[in-house]
Amino acid sequence: MATTADTFQAHAEDHHHDADHKPGFFARWFMSTNHKDIGTLYLVFSIFAGIIGGAISGLMRWELAAPGIQILGQISLWLNGNTDMDQALHTWNVMVTAHGLIMVFFVVMPATMGGFANWFVPLMIGAPDMAFPRMNNVAFWLTFTGFCSLMFSVFVPGGTAHGAGTGWTLYAPLSTSGSPGPSVDFVIFSLHMAGAASIMSSINFITTIFNMRAPGMTLHKMPLFVWSVLVTAFLLVLALPVLAAAITMLLTDRNFGTTFFDQAGGGDPVLYQHLFWFFGHPEVYIMIIPGFGMISQVIATFSKKPVFGYLGMAYAMVAIGVVGFVVWAHHMFTTGMSVNVKMYFTAATMVIAVPTGIKIFSWIATMWGGSLEFKSPLVWAIGFIFLFTIGGVTGVVLANGGIDDNMQDTYYVVAHFHYVLSLGAVFSLFAGFYYWFPKMSGRMHSELLAHIHFWVFFIGVNVIFFPQHFLGMNGMPRRYPDYAPAFAYWNHISSIGYLIMAAGMIVFFVNMIYAFTAGKKAPANYWGEGATTLEWSLSSPPPFHQFSTLPVIEEHHSHHNAIGDASTVGAH
Amino acid sequence: MHQTNFGDIARKRLAFLVILFAALALFAAPHGAFAQTAPQADAQTANPNVPTPQGAVASGAKPAAGAAAYQPLGPEWIKGQPTPGGIDFQKQYSPTGHFAYKMHNYLLLPIITVITLLVLGLLLWVMAMYNRRRNPVPSKTSHNTLIEILWTVIPVLILVVIAVPSITLLSRQYKSPPKDALTIKATGYQWYWGYSYPDNGGFEVISHMLPDEEAIKRGEPPQLGADNRMVVPVGVPIRLQTTGSDVIHAFAVPSLWFKLDAVPGRINEKVLFVEEPGIYYGQCSELCGARHGYMPIAVEAVPMDKFNAWVASQGGTAKGAAPAKPATQAPEASAAGAPAAGAAPAAETSATPAAADPAA
Repeated sequence: MATTADTFQAHAEDHHHDADHKPGFFARWFMSTNHKDIGTLYLVFSIFAGIIGGAISGLMRWELAAPGIQILGQISLWLNGNTDMDQALHTWNVMVTAHGLIMVFFVVMPATMGGFANWFVPLMIGAPDMAFPRMNNVAFWLTFTGFCSLMFSVFVPGGTAHGAGTGWTLYAPLSTSGSPGPSVDFVIFSLHMAGAASIMSSINFITTIFNMRAPGMTLHKMPLFVWSVLVTAFLLVLALPVLAAAITMLLTDRNFGTTFFDQAGGGDPVLYQHLFWFFGHPEVYIMIIPGFGMISQVIATFSKKPVFGYLGMAYAMVAIGVVGFVVWAHHMFTTGMSVNVKMYFTAATMVIAVPTGIKIFSWIATMWGGSLEFKSPLVWAIGFIFLFTIGGVTGVVLANGGIDDNMQDTYYVVAHFHYVLSLGAVFSLFAGFYYWFPKMSGRMHSELLAHIHFWVFFIGVNVIFFPQHFLGMNGMPRRYPDYAPAFAYWNHISSIGYLIMAAGMIVFFVNMIYAFTAGKKAPANYWGEGATTLEWSLSSPPPFHQFSTLPVIEEHHSHHNAIGDASTVGAH
Repeated sequence: MHQTNFGDIARKRLAFLVILFAALALFAAPHGAFAQTAPQADAQTANPNVPTPQGAVASGAKPAAGAAAYQPLGPEWIKGQPTPGGIDFQKQYSPTGHFAYKMHNYLLLPIITVITLLVLGLLLWVMAMYNRRRNPVPSKTSHNTLIEILWTVIPVLILVVIAVPSITLLSRQYKSPPKDALTIKATGYQWYWGYSYPDNGGFEVISHMLPDEEAIKRGEPPQLGADNRMVVPVGVPIRLQTTGSDVIHAFAVPSLWFKLDAVPGRINEKVLFVEEPGIYYGQCSELCGARHGYMPIAVEAVPMDKFNAWVASQGGTAKGAAPAKPATQAPEASAAGAPAAGAAPAAETSATPAAADPAA
């Protein structure tokens, strides 16, 4: 078995001369049907959108660095052409909205499900490509169109001033009667595009994973990253149509006189919240579960051990996905639900802590007894475990409906979801990025810079977000451009944290420049014996078309060491 | 309206759980005295049902004398406000607030701190003990049924320990007010609050944020002070209803552990109980458009006779008193919300005490 991959590659070179034949620039990048190129497009797009979303958060931290209004006037002058105070304040809401939507729909989702999943699901299951390559391409360009629409929405009237100032949740009636002008329509259009794209790519992933696994790779032998993508794809397919329905109702309420969410016509604004959060809560797992998968790969690789409790890990993700669909109203504890409903959602929400705990402890148990090598992906993964734990336990606090009566819509919530997403999901993205970047680019990044990036970023995000717990407990509400002097101290600290974090990101970009200009050529398996999944049996970067002869997974390997044959390939 | 089924059941088991929490708190936190504080919390939380609404009726008979005496509370009465640089909740002034505060600080916070430190400790341990230098040959262990069961069951038990007081807290927060409790309705507008008093003649007080300079001049915190406060009687359960007139707002007062969305087309209702006279600040807590950050809530809790005096000064009648005449609306000057007009509370107080004299 040690030569499976080599044989196959030699085979490819001998007989399939088109294995590495790439089409011309335009055809390759604009009409791509290649899962790796589409994955690259998604990753580049995600980084680009991340720069915009991150810059917006920088402006927000600048504004919040001290009491009073600092820079909203200038931003509003640029955006609206005047310095009217109400318009400036509306601009604040536009930034809040854009930051949320960009980060959720155009940074995290394209990076996890678009970028890494597209790149590595086919490689890890031994498939030549995705099941529907053209749909894969359409999905990317729809996402891109959606992003353009979202950007465009900032420059057209949205009520008080230009742009949609509704928050990423688009609550009616603020998003209907409260926001005249075409801006919110463009946001809705944007979400329709991004949602349709995600549904398409999810169908693609489900089909690919169910039908295109290499011979011998049963579901219970799949790498956990593939499991995580499978679970996420199901969440997307089940949740996004509900979002599509909800925002379509917004659209008709806005433009065609329906009253789904208008009490004057017998509708109910709270109905929108139920629909939105029925999508919105699974959405947070959509953002984090692929991260779980990547962390599992990274931890196992650098512990040089199979993942501890593989089945428990896989089904914990399934359980999180299932339970994630029945807890949505914990986002709505203050909307006036009856007490028994609040009790149910309190209890159901806390249940999620159990499978999440299984994952945290299984990662630690994977490292236990391992032979840890502190390469950059592992450092990011360990950072992820710690920070995600903090975000997770504050989630348990917020799950209590009675406690949430004080916390709801305060900075405590902001801190909580940034710990699970901005720190959790983003740390898993960087872990995955440093893990696979040389595989994708063929160039080694600088491990030193990657470690510096980690430490600066780790300190920065904690300085940003940890004090926000204090602000929230002290009573500071979310989405405020200004605040009482009592909140000044921790806001100032938080803004300093942003500068530290930004410095960390500069190190990241320097590292990328270094890798592409001076990086060493990456061998097929640059992480050594611990890297056992099939992508490590291929060159770095892999050939344009891979696995035209399918690799065979041997039966005698137990599932926790599923890709054993590839591991021997990697070791020599 | 008795919806407290789960909570009632839960509370019967409370004695046992108090012991359990005490053990946990002793283990986890420096606040070892929870065994003593818990029954105390019980006594306080039982309170909202004790004060009888007769108080409201009885004192309602003698408002006229105090009518002219009403003065808004001065800055020395400010109680519910954020602490500069604070890292804790605001001090609590309501029974549910005490219960929730204790539940968070003596149960949840110790538990989550211990869990986080446990994970951190385990991570540091594996990093120290199982790195490549110390442990060059990795083990191949990938299963241990016992430990997998343990780390499933123990979190479940911890969650049960959290869930029981949590459910109890919910059932207490949602106890229906007594039938004859005073009703106050808070309406969210873009971007100010209206407080109407249907039991007192139905007048509505319009409340705008004070400009920063004006707030500082009056000794109130900027961004939090309001021209007209929501005046409420202290020590009695109040049926606080919220609704929104245009978009969703949320009525929130952190020091009273109170937050309830003000949704157009809906009336939400919850008991507000303020234990001490004072001023309690809150802020709109649901994104409602451009000036979302500029519609604070200022609750002024005063004794019942002073409350009735205030009602009279607004042209209303004491609850329980025979309805006198159609309710007069809130002074238009303050409704216009011009800072200059709002800046004259003294003038407002002296407004037409004679007209407000109830027919009692």
